[in-house]
Amino acid sequence: MTADPVTVRVERLAKQFGPVAALDEVTLDIRAGEVLALVGENGAGKSTLLKLLSGDHRPDSGRLLVDGCPVDFRSPADGRRAGVRVVAQEPEIIPDVSVAENVHVGALPLRGPFVDRRALFADVDAQIARLGFRGIIDSRTPGRLLSAPQRALVEIMRACTGTVRMVAFDEPTSSLSAREVAALFALIARLRAEGVAVVYVSHRMHEIFEVADRVAVLRDGQLVGVRDVRSAAQADVVQMMVGRDLSALFERTPRRPAEVALRLRGVSSGDVADVDLDVHSGEVVVLAGLVGAGRTVLARAVVGDLPIRSGTVAVSGREVRLRSPVDALRAGIALAPEERKADALLLRRSVRDNVSLAVLGRLRRMRFMRARAEQVLVTRYVRQLNVRTPSVDQEVRKLSGGNQQKLVLARWLARRPTVLILDEPTRGVDVSAKAEIYAIIDELAAQGVAILVISSELPEVLGLADRIVVMRSGRVVGELARADATEASVLALAMPGAEVGTAL
Amino acid sequence: MKAEPDLTGRRQDAVEAAAGGHHPQPRRRPWRQALTGVGVQNISLLIALAALSAGIGSRNPDFFRVANLRGIGTAVVISGILAVAQTVVIILGALDISVGSVAGLASVTSAMVFTSMHSAAWGIAVALAVGLLTGLVNGVVIVFGRVNPVIATLATLAAYKGLAQLVSNGRAQGFTNADSVFIFLARGSVAGVATLIWVFALLALLVHVMLRFTDVGRKIYAIGGNETAARLAGVNINKYVLGVYALTGVFAAVAGILITARTGSGQPVSGSEGLELESITAAVLGGCALRGGKGTVAGTVLAVLLLGVLTNGMTLLDVNPFWQNVAKGSLLVVAVIIQQLRSGERRIGVPS
Repeated sequence: MTADPVTVRVERLAKQFGPVAALDEVTLDIRAGEVLALVGENGAGKSTLLKLLSGDHRPDSGRLLVDGCPVDFRSPADGRRAGVRVVAQEPEIIPDVSVAENVHVGALPLRGPFVDRRALFADVDAQIARLGFRGIIDSRTPGRLLSAPQRALVEIMRACTGTVRMVAFDEPTSSLSAREVAALFALIARLRAEGVAVVYVSHRMHEIFEVADRVAVLRDGQLVGVRDVRSAAQADVVQMMVGRDLSALFERTPRRPAEVALRLRGVSSGDVADVDLDVHSGEVVVLAGLVGAGRTVLARAVVGDLPIRSGTVAVSGREVRLRSPVDALRAGIALAPEERKADALLLRRSVRDNVSLAVLGRLRRMRFMRARAEQVLVTRYVRQLNVRTPSVDQEVRKLSGGNQQKLVLARWLARRPTVLILDEPTRGVDVSAKAEIYAIIDELAAQGVAILVISSELPEVLGLADRIVVMRSGRVVGELARADATEASVLALAMPGAEVGTAL
Repeated sequence: MKAEPDLTGRRQDAVEAAAGGHHPQPRRRPWRQALTGVGVQNISLLIALAALSAGIGSRNPDFFRVANLRGIGTAVVISGILAVAQTVVIILGALDISVGSVAGLASVTSAMVFTSMHSAAWGIAVALAVGLLTGLVNGVVIVFGRVNPVIATLATLAAYKGLAQLVSNGRAQGFTNADSVFIFLARGSVAGVATLIWVFALLALLVHVMLRFTDVGRKIYAIGGNETAARLAGVNINKYVLGVYALTGVFAAVAGILITARTGSGQPVSGSEGLELESITAAVLGGCALRGGKGTVAGTVLAVLLLGVLTNGMTLLDVNPFWQNVAKGSLLVVAVIIQQLRSGERRIGVPS
């Protein structure tokens, strides 16, 4: 094993985002003809490492060596030229050109000044056949018609054109069904046999133990250790990832769910069809499912941000008409969206402005803000949620991810909704902030708020939920009581099974 | 503004005392507190203003004469009013490049209505109504037509200018120099300060109070800072976009009325051309982020003064007026570049 030549050497690589060390002096060898799995919780630094490898970001310190020579990638194009490829989790697909043109984007085969379309399609068709993707994807389909797994395959084909020294896959199976996963694993085996260095990022332990030779564990931006897959136990790797026993993160006060606070009947919106769902006051319901299962769409529809095609929404027994988020808020439904920076925070405004945003109506007299009342309210929530900030005048972009997320929660706590929907409330948040957020959710439920959490992290799903509702392809496919749920049973419902096949 | 640092200071202490032991308590020195109260951007503007004044004054001592300083004050009023309105539009995350044309249209309207009705009040009222209407049209096109604000107001920039030329036949209209109201606006003074400056100061103060102390201001900053967040927090965004464009229309109309008063007749084009550039330059130089959510009236007013001093200085130092246009254009680009550098924007592709 150790005789394998090192293709890419990561040497004391570090990257800082604001106050957070996303990657902290990581040194790692990526060897030819070997599959190196990269694991770690969300926010551990995997994506940052991949972005430094691809040239998408530049390191603050440390260096990359390809075949022993130091390289400085200033853009993804530099990385590509050096044969270093990263398969993005959410690929950029150009909607109005074909699969073939998408694969060769930026480097179309030419004949004179014109694109050689015959050579282009011949090449991509050959590639599809070689990679075992025939029947799954067609080279002439326009980008906008592609399903999520097909988009992933286009991205994989992009990475595998030209001279390839190293390929990194970022959670490639998150949107793939069994058949495409098999094709992907076959492809990885072939890359390895050809002497390509493969990096494989995934949350799915069984996959790692199936495809990888070695596994490198990241935690809070640091490399915890590298293990040989053959000699490592799964539990050992998980322990390295979390650094502590996860179950200790979830504290629960006993609570008795009361009447139904939110009732959906036959709700359809976008790709979501015919959803029935009840959330009781004082209950935490977790919506589980794969990325793209329609959970976020459902949440946006329930707060009036996406039009509801059919079906009814009732809050505390009263049916509500949702034309805009204003209606939903008036009815008592609030949403803390998934992308907190893009969709929830005013990054250049103060802690105060962010927390009071949803209760301005309560804090004004004749349109003038009551400064004292606002100060009291914001300070109370900042203290209650233990937000670490020098003052309430602090600009929010200077706070860490966990503290930012707490501010989003504070905004909705101040609003005192009947139903609170939290879309991935702990994404990109460190472990200790996670525990605090779980405690806040627990306390809110104890106070009688009906809480609907969308989460893709299985330990979180199992730890938080009183009840788990699983969605797949826009529909509710099952419900599990807390006592019956295991990672396996939730996954079995969430993954497209054999009976669904690969009909996309 | 002046009472501000003290107030903030007291609030801050209360929070830190309340926040308890585990919160870091940075030591606050008075000068530092004053600095954060005024803002780094405004400090830089003040320094630039002082340096520029000193530079011009040393080459031409006439600069510091009271008459010249008064001249600068009244000269910046019209572009200043538009810059204040532009500040609100930019904080909202949009842009209004039709302000100059609206001012021109309002100018001819005020003069023509005055001439036919023999009433300055009617002239002014109708001009304000025209401003309100043109602003609302901008807002409606943007909100309900889903047209990018730059394109929408570029279109109305041309259209409103055309309208002003149509109603006036392309010529200066009316003669207002004999009317006491217009004379008072153009050359009168209250408590030793020119009426023009009072109008500007009052409008700027009004907008400052709105942005800083009302929930309306909070929501405008919220929409510009993060539209989705504002929407999910229950802000009726369409209402605010329409409102802000209507406000800008009215402010542009005030500017137009003042053009009429100063020149003595309604000017369809000549008094208002280039005002969109000047207003945007002032707002950006004053610290407004073009992507929205950031900016202050105080910064814009300082930038307006800076631009006024610069123009005056170039005239005093006999710089070819054609070069002055080049200088103004360059200044806008430089202001934006400084801003982008400060925000750490990456140099890839077309900036948003």
